[in-house]
Amino acid sequence: MNKEHVSKDQLHAYVDGQLSATDSMRVAAHLATAPDDQASVETWRGQKALLHAAYDRQLDAAIPHTITARLKTQRHKPFRQAAIAAAWLVVGIGVGIMADRQLALNAAPPALTSLPQRAAVAHAVFTPEVRHPVEVGADQEAHLTAWLSKRLGHALRAPKLAAEGFHLVGGRLITADNGPGALLMYEDSGGQRLTLYVCADNQDSSATAFRFAHQDGVSTFYWIDGRQAYALSGKLPRDALLPIASTVYRQLNGDG
Amino acid sequence: MSAEHAILAEIPRLRRYARALTGNEADADDLLQDTLERALGKWLLWRPGNLRAWLLTMMHHVFLNQLRKRPALVTLDDDTPAIPVRPQQQDELEVRDLDRALSRLPPEQREILLLVGLEELSYADTARVLGIPQGTVMSRLSRARERLRAILAGEDRPVHLKVVK
Repeated sequence: MNKEHVSKDQLHAYVDGQLSATDSMRVAAHLATAPDDQASVETWRGQKALLHAAYDRQLDAAIPHTITARLKTQRHKPFRQAAIAAAWLVVGIGVGIMADRQLALNAAPPALTSLPQRAAVAHAVFTPEVRHPVEVGADQEAHLTAWLSKRLGHALRAPKLAAEGFHLVGGRLITADNGPGALLMYEDSGGQRLTLYVCADNQDSSATAFRFAHQDGVSTFYWIDGRQAYALSGKLPRDALLPIASTVYRQLNGDG
Repeated sequence: MSAEHAILAEIPRLRRYARALTGNEADADDLLQDTLERALGKWLLWRPGNLRAWLLTMMHHVFLNQLRKRPALVTLDDDTPAIPVRPQQQDELEVRDLDRALSRLPPEQREILLLVGLEELSYADTARVLGIPQGTVMSRLSRARERLRAILAGEDRPVHLKVVK
């Protein structure tokens, strides 16, 4: 009886449990005398086991809120509304997560990197950008400062540096060590770029001293004014950057 | 049972299938969302008998549409990152190896392999979901299993990287 012909399809069906009990026993008997078929059956069973081992975890994975929210809002509404609701939910969750992280970070020990270091790094990272040096250009300055002010929670003004030969290129939102920060970029007619780094000061320092740091060719003047920390960086010698930094300082402190 | 509850109950399985089919979570969730949109839109018109098979059918059509929309690079060698595999730290190495192996199967073979091997659909249901005769299911399944065996055994040497339209 073991010599009965068993087709390839029947072997697959055997592996997939799609044979009747009688046929299944017949195939099992056949396999005992057909090592090649037995090997195929084992290979295919192995493949199924691999698939389950790799992907069954998806059955227990949390379903993204975007998906469930979409289903729940679907009931009486057209889809566009559902999609909008889902999108807002995602935004809400995102804000919630960010707020949580913010709290966690505020409780954490002070950051290891200092303000001038961060400012110098931001300068080094963004000033070489040719096509996208900024997120919002100077042509939309009102929008730029309103946006960054909102994110920083502090009214931010872009200093005017025309007298120093620099014009505003634009700005971008960046991550400071405990939340959002802003980076404004200026450029002169020779393509020399300056960056003004602004973030909230979490050191609770009352020192407003005007300080200087130099790192990898980038000069930085930095100071703290109330709850904001500022750092002006450029690939300029100290003496060339100082008068510009003084102008920025005076303007931001309201007497420039 | 309401549409959303019935469909919600099917989501984990649909998601498992989508994940295996696309090779990464982002694409899997895209596929799942598009499928659910389409399913909910049609649900109002017609309540299906076999919900799971109906949803899988829906996903099959969405998957084909998505494949048509993105340019397909086929035939990869071992040094080429497989098409849909993005780095995902949460996935273990074995999962990524399998993702990569599956990505080297033609999509129609991958679908068959997963519907039968992972979703444990009957051959008859698989034929309905894919809209093909049962005989085609069998021959395609056979080819898919042989191809996966060869890939996993390292015997499958792709020819050249080429762009197909």
